[in-house]
Amino acid sequence: MSTTQIKFYQVGSFAVGNRLLREDERSVQSDPERTNALTSGHRACQGCGEALGARYALDAAMRATNDQLIAVNATGCLEVFSTPYPESSWRVAWLHSLFGNAPAVATGVAAALKAKGNHTTRVVAQGGDGATVDIGFGALSGMFERNDDVLYICYDNEAYMNTGVQRSGATPPAARTATTQAVGAKPGNVFGQGKYLPKIAMAHDIPYVATATIADLRDLEAKVERAMTMHGSRYLHVLVPCPLGWGSASCDTIKIARLATQSGLFPVFEAINGEVVASSKIRKKVDVEEYLKLQTRYSHLFSPQRNDEVIDHLQRIADKNIERYELMED
Amino acid sequence: MLRQVEGSKAVADAVAACSPEVICAYPISPQTHIVEGLSALVKDGTLKNCEFINVESEFAAMSVAIGASATGARTYTATASQGLLYMVEAVYNASGLGLPIVMTVANRAIGGPINIWNDHSDSMSQRDCGWLQLYAENNQEAVDLHIQAFRIAEEMSIPVMVCMDGFILTHAYEQVDIPTREEVEAFLPPFTPRQHLDPADPVSIGAMVGPESFTEVKYLAHQRMIDSLRKVQEVADDFEHHFGRKTGGQLRAYRTEGADTIVLALGSIIGTLKDVVDELQLDGHSIGVVGLTSFRPFPFHALGEALKGAKRVVILEKAFSTGTGGIVTQDVVRAIEGLGIKDFTVIAGLGGRPITIASLREYLTNAMQESVERLTFLDLETETIEKELSKERALR
Amino acid sequence: MFQVRIHGRGGQGVVTAAELLAVAVFDEGKHAQAFPSFGSERTGAPVVAYCRISEHEIRAREPIMEPDALIIQDASLIKQIDVFAGLKPGGFVIVNSTENADDLLIAEKLKVATTLAILPATELAMTHLGRPVPNAVLLGAFSALTGVVSLEAVTDAINEKFKPKVAAGNVAAATAAYEYVMNQVASNA
Repeated sequence: MSTTQIKFYQVGSFAVGNRLLREDERSVQSDPERTNALTSGHRACQGCGEALGARYALDAAMRATNDQLIAVNATGCLEVFSTPYPESSWRVAWLHSLFGNAPAVATGVAAALKAKGNHTTRVVAQGGDGATVDIGFGALSGMFERNDDVLYICYDNEAYMNTGVQRSGATPPAARTATTQAVGAKPGNVFGQGKYLPKIAMAHDIPYVATATIADLRDLEAKVERAMTMHGSRYLHVLVPCPLGWGSASCDTIKIARLATQSGLFPVFEAINGEVVASSKIRKKVDVEEYLKLQTRYSHLFSPQRNDEVIDHLQRIADKNIERYELMED
Repeated sequence: MLRQVEGSKAVADAVAACSPEVICAYPISPQTHIVEGLSALVKDGTLKNCEFINVESEFAAMSVAIGASATGARTYTATASQGLLYMVEAVYNASGLGLPIVMTVANRAIGGPINIWNDHSDSMSQRDCGWLQLYAENNQEAVDLHIQAFRIAEEMSIPVMVCMDGFILTHAYEQVDIPTREEVEAFLPPFTPRQHLDPADPVSIGAMVGPESFTEVKYLAHQRMIDSLRKVQEVADDFEHHFGRKTGGQLRAYRTEGADTIVLALGSIIGTLKDVVDELQLDGHSIGVVGLTSFRPFPFHALGEALKGAKRVVILEKAFSTGTGGIVTQDVVRAIEGLGIKDFTVIAGLGGRPITIASLREYLTNAMQESVERLTFLDLETETIEKELSKERALR
Repeated sequence: MFQVRIHGRGGQGVVTAAELLAVAVFDEGKHAQAFPSFGSERTGAPVVAYCRISEHEIRAREPIMEPDALIIQDASLIKQIDVFAGLKPGGFVIVNSTENADDLLIAEKLKVATTLAILPATELAMTHLGRPVPNAVLLGAFSALTGVVSLEAVTDAINEKFKPKVAAGNVAAATAAYEYVMNQVASNA
């Protein structure tokens, strides 16, 4: 991994970390000359994980490409809250077409640049989990298969948030959504569902696949920058909690992302050509319950009584991830 | 250069002569030979500075085209029937974003039931989407319309569908003159987009437009489509000036002077109708043909002028609106309003059923005497129909 | 206008035959329109292709209902479908077969007076080409029987279409077919 591990994580590596690093190793956000790709004025909710993730990711991509970047966006929260005509909070060349075609549109942009002999300008595509794992899945797989030169970033808040919190193919087990309500014999999203896109991306043997969260923003930046040193299809899957959809306090967004990683429910790793090469170790393991309790989309697991069966099942999933991705420090 | 070549190959060579920068297509009968031809030209280096993308669906094809065109690349794709329907969301997106993509529609029937043969139901289903629709009478016109299409599209910032009858034109070998790249370059300048994705001058394309502005955006597109009618003729005239032949344009009339009956049609059937009209005129009948090249935008005024003086117009259509009747008829009726012309519609050739000279002669002989229904399905197998209908009635 | 209908089975190059004929006609400065009829594509299924030949621009596109000439690439079709439908009186029929007219039951099926040629095109193809593909070969016979297009034009079209080795074999076979039919016509005269 290309970041310097600093143990002062409570405050974040920005206040203390940047002073201890060489200039070229410092966070993009510490640079007053940064692009501010997603600038202020957009209409995202208070505590939106996606707005935070997108700004960090695109600023990092702009720095990595010397500002030679075109961004393609799928329909979703990010696109809706950022471009209420006649305003736009994007400070990069930006195209939004449809819900299910961001990967294909990005392929088209990359093809046009290649046909024109432009080898400098790079392409980033971004979409939510719905656009990525469901409606845009075919297009994404096609892009991977052709190894088109695009970095695709999925901001995963685990449901169709912009349309009112409906279940997507990425909605985790037992979560309450508007179409998997907390009612009946099996409240919430049923087990055995869910596409894990990072592994599917790896199955295409593309040059780079990584996961990240907004709890470790320096890591997110580093992964974007690393991805931009490569050519071909690259995939970054970023966990971005959604206070509205997850039923969490807007001040807990980063904390919840951290609990997702520290419980093992969301493994953070990198893969090159389909093989895992590095993973972020869990500093202090927590039980999944710590993570679940902060979100009312899981409140049916605790009230009227604790649903031991489901919680234990979720714990087993987390433990399996820890084992599979070697998330514990030896 | 004059060559005896398959229609699809002619179109591929014509498109290549237009120096496209991105070609993206998904195979579907009967368009396959066009994209195969282009793929070979790119692969063997004949067509340079062009990326050919093998996409995983028609939806991807139009989407790749959108990305490429928005980046300022001259972009081309082709499809038919089910493929056109599969990409419809993106088709509307392309016209909504004002991207001058050129697409061949190798006209084929829409299923179910599945049918791979020619009719116009596919392009007709997209008559409202904001793309121009130009129909080729023969393979020469198919070649010429593609060249004209890039220019019309880029000057108007409106995408263009060039419609050519699947199999009947795409798979027919006939004589065509295919201009060279140099000849086309003199007629078609390089693509200079109104706006495009450029890090040096970043813009946001595809914003969300609310109730307060949506109507105006749509009205402007409507107005631009109407304005493109003039452009269609202008480009056809300039094409004639460059290449010495009259192709494209809004419509053409054949032996309509003083004709009491005028048959109106789109696409390859116009050729057959010209032969039928010649025969009928020899027998002393007063009948002519108008071939419509531009269906969208619809040439209301020019059509009214072309039909003025006739007693009746027969509209031959290769598609229809289920439960309602003719589609082109609806626009024709508007064009002839107040002119005292009767209209008759004949639906023919659905799902690739051959339209024979004999059938046309018989139908038109009756139509000239107005002894046909307002709406006829040509060569309908009435025995089978009657049997089926009485079966259904018995069940209800 | 001279209208030709070609019958064969999928995989025998029926469409290519129509294409070659059209190119041969074009090379002699006339207009030609060739197109297949499109049944479900499947090797072995009956396939029909058409070619219209004219001094003038050809505008009509209906299937050829009243051919002036028929080329039957696969004689087994005679018993299976009405290959002779609409054939004009005085028309030309070329059949690829080693059997004679009686054994092929042609007299029964053929309702009008025609000029007929039967030749072992597949065998000629095997001899000169090494493959049982009779399509180009039969065009040599067509040229000899009808005179509508010259043998030279047919061989030019073959050379334009195929790679040198395959073209050479087809040219040889087509020429042999031409001579075979010319001899047959002479001996019948």
